[in-house]
Amino acid sequence: MNTITMPNQPTEEKQNLLTVNVWRGGVEGHFDQFTIPARENQTILDVVTEIQQRHDASLSYRFACRVGVCGSCAMTVNGRARWTCRTHVRSLKSDTITIEPLSNMPKIKDLAADLSGFIDKWGAAGSGFRSARNRHDPPAQVDPNSKQRKAANDAIECINCGVCHASCDVVKWNDDYLGPAALNRAWTLVNDERHTGIAETLEAALGSGGCSNCHSQGNCMTACPIGLSPTRSIAGLKKVSLLAMLGVKP
Amino acid sequence: MTESRLYALQRLSAVLMAPMVITHLITIMIAVRGGLTAEEILARTQGFSLWAVFYTFFVIAVAIHAPLGLRKILIEWMKASTRIANGIALILSLGVLALGLRAVIAVTGGGV
Amino acid sequence: MTSNHPRWSISYMAFVLHRLSGLALALFLPFHFLVLGLAIEGEAALDAMLVWTENPLVKFAEWGLVVLFGLHLMLGLRVLILEWAPWSGGLRHGWVLAGVALAMLGGFGFLAGVIG
Repeated sequence: MNTITMPNQPTEEKQNLLTVNVWRGGVEGHFDQFTIPARENQTILDVVTEIQQRHDASLSYRFACRVGVCGSCAMTVNGRARWTCRTHVRSLKSDTITIEPLSNMPKIKDLAADLSGFIDKWGAAGSGFRSARNRHDPPAQVDPNSKQRKAANDAIECINCGVCHASCDVVKWNDDYLGPAALNRAWTLVNDERHTGIAETLEAALGSGGCSNCHSQGNCMTACPIGLSPTRSIAGLKKVSLLAMLGVKP
Repeated sequence: MTESRLYALQRLSAVLMAPMVITHLITIMIAVRGGLTAEEILARTQGFSLWAVFYTFFVIAVAIHAPLGLRKILIEWMKASTRIANGIALILSLGVLALGLRAVIAVTGGGV
Repeated sequence: MTSNHPRWSISYMAFVLHRLSGLALALFLPFHFLVLGLAIEGEAALDAMLVWTENPLVKFAEWGLVVLFGLHLMLGLRVLILEWAPWSGGLRHGWVLAGVALAMLGGFGFLAGVIG
């Protein structure tokens, strides 16, 4: 008789176990420890899901797509901000895992952080695209190969997951700093020839909370799950800032 | 003084100082050979106006650059408010300028 | 836990070294200017101070300052290049390693002058 083998079950002989420390609570809290079997194909999101479904139903966490396109599952794993659905347990090279909510954001409950401050800062520097056209006008003819459009395209894929913001030490040290995501977005707007609010965008991006606070540490680009480089975008803004002082408009 | 202007001052004073730092380091390495005496230093620097100009510019640049760096440390690591950090940076800048120009005069202007 | 943080990347280490070397140099600077200012009182006053600097511990500190100066210069040039030069795709790790190497070389130059 053939036995049906379920895939991805822990083998009976040597069952590797993971020790998982999970943050519980809000600003005040503690770590709860769980023991989870290690499996051949296992992401951190799988681990968190297994804990919530089989061990502690009161654990709160966020996810949506589970396949690495929405950014909702971002958490701090062994000290680094990552998308948990795209972080294989194997890649951590450790049987001890510590999972916390994203840094540099207020904790709400357990693994859920409050992104509203992050979104506000994104709005302050970057989100206000304004066009001179309306739906009755023909579409703008933007040359995809222009230097400006290429610069915008290199930074445009950001989905505001917050990982860069959570990884930036200047964000941690300076409450005024708008952060890498906001400034990256501002860079795409500054390079968007359709945008009629470039002056306002630059005022925020070059202001007291803007690009001059960045020290090019590079944590943001190292951490970005889709390989964007806010460091590069911010460098672009810094150059605009210098040129503006010499009277050269962007 | 906006943050962008301070950024520009910081970076531009750095650009100015890069060749000056290299020159200074090489000068020190040569001067330090065989021991350092006041006579040697002063014989080299006194009255020689090129050194006076060089070190005057160096002092001005460092009086801009160092306090701005310390300002960021005060804001980011010491949790100082921007106003307090600005005030301390200004005082340090004037102090560095005063002590530095005094040293330049001491070394190039001819002692007692 | 800590070793996984981007804090332990070459780029971040470069930032830390650049800032700490700058801090050390800034703290040294007033002392440096005061010593040189002694020349106002004449050669003898400066000489008295310079004799004190022959102390091996002082020489070690001076070597340290030369290395920190070189490090701050090289890592600073790296920042200028990261921010102003055409983007190379990375965080210019080569510059960090070259910078440390050149700073150590500068330290050697100083030692050669002192010992030789």
